[in-house]
Amino acid sequence: MRFQKRHIALILYILFLLLPIYWLFNMSIKTNSEILGAMTLFPDNPTLANYATILTDPAWYSGYINSMIYVAINVVISLAVALPAAYAFSRFNFVGDKHLFFWLLTNRMAPPAVFLLPFFQLYSSVGLFDTHIAVALAHCLFNVPLAVWILEGFMSGIPKEIDETAYVDGYSFPRFFGTIFIPLIRSGIGVTAFFCFMFSWVELLLARTLTSVDAKPIVATMTRTVSASGLDWGVLAAAGVLTIVPGALVIWFVRNYIAKGFAMGRV
Amino acid sequence: MNKITNNKAWFLVLPVFFIVAISAIIPLMTVVNYSVQDIFDPQTRFFVGTEWFEQVLGDRRLHDALIRQIVYTMSVLLIEVPLGIAVALTLPRKGWGVSASMVLLALPLLIPWNVVGTIWQIFGRADIGLGGYVINMLGIDYNYSQNPMDAWVTVLVMDVWHWTSLIVLLCYAGLRSIPDAYYQAAKIDGASNWAVFRFIQLPKMQSVLVIGVLLRFMDSFMIYTEPFVLTGGGPGTATTFLSQFLVTIAVGQFDLGPAAAFSLIYFLIILLVCWVFYTVVMNAGKREEQ
Repeated sequence: MRFQKRHIALILYILFLLLPIYWLFNMSIKTNSEILGAMTLFPDNPTLANYATILTDPAWYSGYINSMIYVAINVVISLAVALPAAYAFSRFNFVGDKHLFFWLLTNRMAPPAVFLLPFFQLYSSVGLFDTHIAVALAHCLFNVPLAVWILEGFMSGIPKEIDETAYVDGYSFPRFFGTIFIPLIRSGIGVTAFFCFMFSWVELLLARTLTSVDAKPIVATMTRTVSASGLDWGVLAAAGVLTIVPGALVIWFVRNYIAKGFAMGRV
Repeated sequence: MNKITNNKAWFLVLPVFFIVAISAIIPLMTVVNYSVQDIFDPQTRFFVGTEWFEQVLGDRRLHDALIRQIVYTMSVLLIEVPLGIAVALTLPRKGWGVSASMVLLALPLLIPWNVVGTIWQIFGRADIGLGGYVINMLGIDYNYSQNPMDAWVTVLVMDVWHWTSLIVLLCYAGLRSIPDAYYQAAKIDGASNWAVFRFIQLPKMQSVLVIGVLLRFMDSFMIYTEPFVLTGGGPGTATTFLSQFLVTIAVGQFDLGPAAAFSLIYFLIILLVCWVFYTVVMNAGKREEQ
């Protein structure tokens, strides 16, 4: 890679992105007295005490476990229902297909605030309030349409001749789909799973409304701690850093496909 | 690609249909139900027709929130789209730098939205945050929790920080699909950098830019979590956008009727833009095929 002038602009921009994150990390390894006492670019006495607080207090770490559980359930449900649907949209014309696709998209665009109260009442009335499955299902509202959309983009890139050849060779649809088609769009499935993970992981409003104690996600724990104790900046910063870690880990696996994924497989 | 007409494909779509119907149609019917009734308790309710709609449409606070929302969304688009294109053009085309930049650029997108709020809440404070501290050092009196203008700018900068990467990644995906031969041809013809951008790169980015602009439009139009954590909609109502306003009347004041009526109007605005979006994208796809 030759170094060029334009790379300076890129490096400046990335610095702008990283500076606030660095500051959060910086605060998470300081003591509260140093945070409030002096403005230091590097901590004088780095400490892991804030992280220890979070990893030993069930009120904190259960939030991470709850978030992981509902995110995982959501990714599984979204992929399971979206795969056959995306195949149908990419391969067949059928009655009402365009309207259905548009209707699915409108759900990706619906403001979650609109669905807040009805969701709360719906899940309360069927006894699912404060369960992981309730949050996972609620997140399906925007993740399933997104998954269908991205997968459809990737599937349309696979030539239809492959399907036809497989059927001529006597493959049944389920066998063709499982053994030939799914391996072909591995990267598309990976990217889709990544996006479902991402949007379920970052969402706060629905997750907070649909839970109270047993399934309380980490993002809700954080906002409640701000209002309750208010000033424990070190622990809050450490909790923030820990919410960034899972995202940073999964992003590494899809780094080569991420640009295409953001374009919904449509480039 | 020609598709086969086969109505049995509906069976493949049924699971999606049901799961989205449960989480979309039932709640939507509930909202419609609320919007035309005055509910005191589950047994006592009156049909009020369009009263809530009239009340909401005449509400000054709603007009103000809507204007704030439109100004905010326009600012977001005017800053993020050109900046995103500019950054995408600086990205390396091959080598180890590609993966590294992809991961670093995508990082803000993967941070939970309330943590984005927390990051900027800390970063912007004059006493403990680097950003607020430096700005005050420069002699500018900056305090996002007191001064409405500062709060508004902070929310805007936070959004630029959070979401410009989305435009960058989209544009980069478009740029990557340009064959090297195009650039070589431009070089032989002695085309200027501007000509390369205008006639080779911009047309290739067009379809992804449509997606990008409309995704940013939708998401900034329903922004809630980040300003909620950063400023709580204040000071005063300086950063109270539509979603914040809706949550205040629905959960804060528990005015179900007006909240439901407002929800429907809100949803209709987005639906309208969504329809335009869908039509534009689908027509762009058709033009490419030809």
